[in-house]
Amino acid sequence: MKINRRRFLLGTTVVGGGLLIGYATTRPSKHSVANDTLAENGQSFLTTWLRIDPDNTVTVLVPHSEMGQGVLTSLPMMAADELDADWDLVRVEQAPATDLFANGVLVKGFAQSMGVSVPGFLDGAINKVSEIMNIQITGGSSSVRFTGENGMRVAGAAAREMLIKTAAARWEVPESELTARLSHVHHEASGRTATYGELASDAARFEPSPNPRLKEPHEFTLMGKPIPRIDIPAKVDGTAAFGMDARLPGMLYAAVKTSPVFGNKLVSVNSDVALQRRGVVRVVELDDAVAVVADNYWRAKQALAALDIQFEATANDQVSTQSIYAQFDTALQGELNEDVEEGDTPTALAGAATTIDATYRVPYLAHAAMEPMNCTVHFHDGKADVWTGTQDNLGIRGRVASISGLDENDVTMHMFYLGGGFGRRLPNTTNTIDQATRIAQQFDVPVQTIWSREEDMQQDYYRTAVTSAFRAGFDASNNLIAWENHYIGKNEPAEAAHPPYSIPNKSIAYADSPTHVPLGAWRSVAHSQHTFFLESFVDELAHKAGKNPYQFRLDMLRDKPRHTAVLKAAAERAGWERNLPEGHAMGIALQESFGSIVAQVAEVSINSDGSVRVHRVTCALDCGRSVNPDTVASQAESGIIYGLTAALYGEITIANGRVEQTNFNDYEMLRLSDSPEIDVVTIESGAALGGLGEPATPPVAAAVANAVYILTGQRVRELPLKNYRFTAAPVERVA
Amino acid sequence: MARFRVNGVAQELDIEPEMPLLWALRDELGLTGTKFGCGVAACGACTVQVNGNPVRSCVTPVSAVEGTDITTIEGLAVNAAAALSPVQQAWIDHQVPQCGYCQSGMIMAVSALLTANPNPSDDEIDGAITNICRCGTYPRVRKAIRSLTAATTA
Ligand code: FES
Ligand code: FES
Repeated sequence: MKINRRRFLLGTTVVGGGLLIGYATTRPSKHSVANDTLAENGQSFLTTWLRIDPDNTVTVLVPHSEMGQGVLTSLPMMAADELDADWDLVRVEQAPATDLFANGVLVKGFAQSMGVSVPGFLDGAINKVSEIMNIQITGGSSSVRFTGENGMRVAGAAAREMLIKTAAARWEVPESELTARLSHVHHEASGRTATYGELASDAARFEPSPNPRLKEPHEFTLMGKPIPRIDIPAKVDGTAAFGMDARLPGMLYAAVKTSPVFGNKLVSVNSDVALQRRGVVRVVELDDAVAVVADNYWRAKQALAALDIQFEATANDQVSTQSIYAQFDTALQGELNEDVEEGDTPTALAGAATTIDATYRVPYLAHAAMEPMNCTVHFHDGKADVWTGTQDNLGIRGRVASISGLDENDVTMHMFYLGGGFGRRLPNTTNTIDQATRIAQQFDVPVQTIWSREEDMQQDYYRTAVTSAFRAGFDASNNLIAWENHYIGKNEPAEAAHPPYSIPNKSIAYADSPTHVPLGAWRSVAHSQHTFFLESFVDELAHKAGKNPYQFRLDMLRDKPRHTAVLKAAAERAGWERNLPEGHAMGIALQESFGSIVAQVAEVSINSDGSVRVHRVTCALDCGRSVNPDTVASQAESGIIYGLTAALYGEITIANGRVEQTNFNDYEMLRLSDSPEIDVVTIESGAALGGLGEPATPPVAAAVANAVYILTGQRVRELPLKNYRFTAAPVERVA
Repeated sequence: MARFRVNGVAQELDIEPEMPLLWALRDELGLTGTKFGCGVAACGACTVQVNGNPVRSCVTPVSAVEGTDITTIEGLAVNAAAALSPVQQAWIDHQVPQCGYCQSGMIMAVSALLTANPNPSDDEIDGAITNICRCGTYPRVRKAIRSLTAATTA
């Protein structure tokens, strides 16, 4: 039976004798495949996100990608809690990549209504109306706070109300006498009880409430509990399938070499050399790349390495990290774009008793997700099938369709776990997908394009390098009165360079300075660099003012109770500067990002070889409320290690127009041996839900660098820390 | 011909002797639980056990494992004669994996370590488990290992 499209939007409809409530935030699907997928035989549907089967199982369809952040567990928890479903009867399915599950409108609409700025990489895509239907993004730490709060919970609550109404009508009793518990509706007075499955089909007679009553936190039965993640068992026995694990009859494998200087075109390749080798089927020449396709990836890779590939030379061949930094310095002297203008900063600086200047810098960074980029495409019968792990299934579907000239209806996405996202598998970063599509177009069998780690590292969309220049002024009584900051690049999110502290005069501006290096969103986007800048410079100011860096921050947060509570929680939990072993010091840093506030204290020492050792990171975090506390902790741990890896080791450099780093031996990673103890404390402030995937990443670099200053007297204004050899020379501490 | 046993099953493959074991497992035998991360022995995602020893299969030619017994993540539980090996169970108990991509190699390395050295010191753990986890599951990896060694010492 087909879905009644007329009544789909915020209406009810009968499907296969059951029920569908449309909380779709978009119009009904223009794609027949979407409707067919929903209306499998014998299943009842409750809302776009919930399905109740006659056997009383509840299936929650999750429209976001699982990349380790636990979304396949936390979103269903939110729906099941409001529904009062028995968690043991809840099944979770990845929603198909069809526009019924597009969440672009949801993300943007609710983000704005909640006063959260939409990350630009989402905004840009959403503003093109024609693409509204093509967004199914997992990014911007948005899943739980937007889809969860506004989709899952509402759907669960509305379904519960309809089931209660159905039972009330069936038993001719008032709704107020009914209770819902563990997937049953009970009438205590008469002892009658019915399963949700028994009630679901009759529930179709009722209109779903657009504003069902949501539970108060004290009524939660699942939210707030550390529920084990449903994706974990498959991730310990080798059965979890990532994009690279797609295995199809007759499939071939492609190894690719793209111009190492971004954008330079292919000139020539001696394909014959590869074709003589065992297993090689074809050499595919692309605009800026060569692919060898073989019956085994290693054979393809070996054959590719044997080729003599010539790319054109362009002016970009001269670009280096040094030339880029010089370009940035020039840009900062030129015309600037306003970011924040409060008070009268020039006058305040001119009249300041003391001023302090400092220029900070961070390098480009690669994402280096553990699973190298890959995508499998099969063109057949005028259609295409795509197997890949992505943060945006619909966007990828649209991309493959537009490259191949197919209708989107004729492109089917097969979804997989992501071997790490971190922004690399977001929309508009589709170079791998583009290549895989163009390569597979030349075959009638499935072709799996796999990037070597070297390609993955050298053809990324990088976290941008940034230079950021500060000047601050104190009055005669040592109060911070002026803050001037000029930096490179427009920020996403826009507020990334805004200090949370009360400073009467602020002037913040940026210069655009594009290069040929492709840029992309990297875990926490612009916060990753600006929190290092801001929180290091504030620390400098504290020492300059002769104040303890912790107290200095607290004094400027009097109008920010949540920030204050988080900062205090971190300091207290860490035992701020108390009982430190000889040679250890603590640094502190604070940041709000994606609606969550995070403060971290790093305990650090200097190794005998002058390198930095981070012993412990204490992290206090206010994300409003924890849906799954264990996931909150693991996301914080993950974010800290991601940020710390960048702080200690992360550096992509450019020489002769190309990335110099090749693999994990020269783009180093934190490992178990240098991984600090991590202690996470969460503050349940009850504020609107904040994000989790990203907010723990930004503060750690500054927290570590601030401790290094105390140990060495050396202010780290440029990352990564591996480039320094420190000598212990402790500075005087102010209590 | 390359001949070895994988998870107890004899295999005979007509492949180049220099083909790394990783690609023989993944592309010839369809055993995709073993992952490709770097190809240069730098990350450990491809770790399998050869006669019980942890080996980075991306740089191990099949000629080097001729006649050996190879265990991959798919065969770990089978060897433990239970649904899950103790290491796998500890991984669930401590909710270790995030994206999960590194975890096959991590689990293979840890189970080889604990078989050879049931009560390793922290330094021994650090020395043996050099696998990269980009998701940063290290604190939980250490806790999960410690839960197993504590059980062994008790
Ligand atoms: S893939 Fe073998 S060590 Fe990285
Ligand atoms: S769990 Fe993602 S790389 Fe380890």
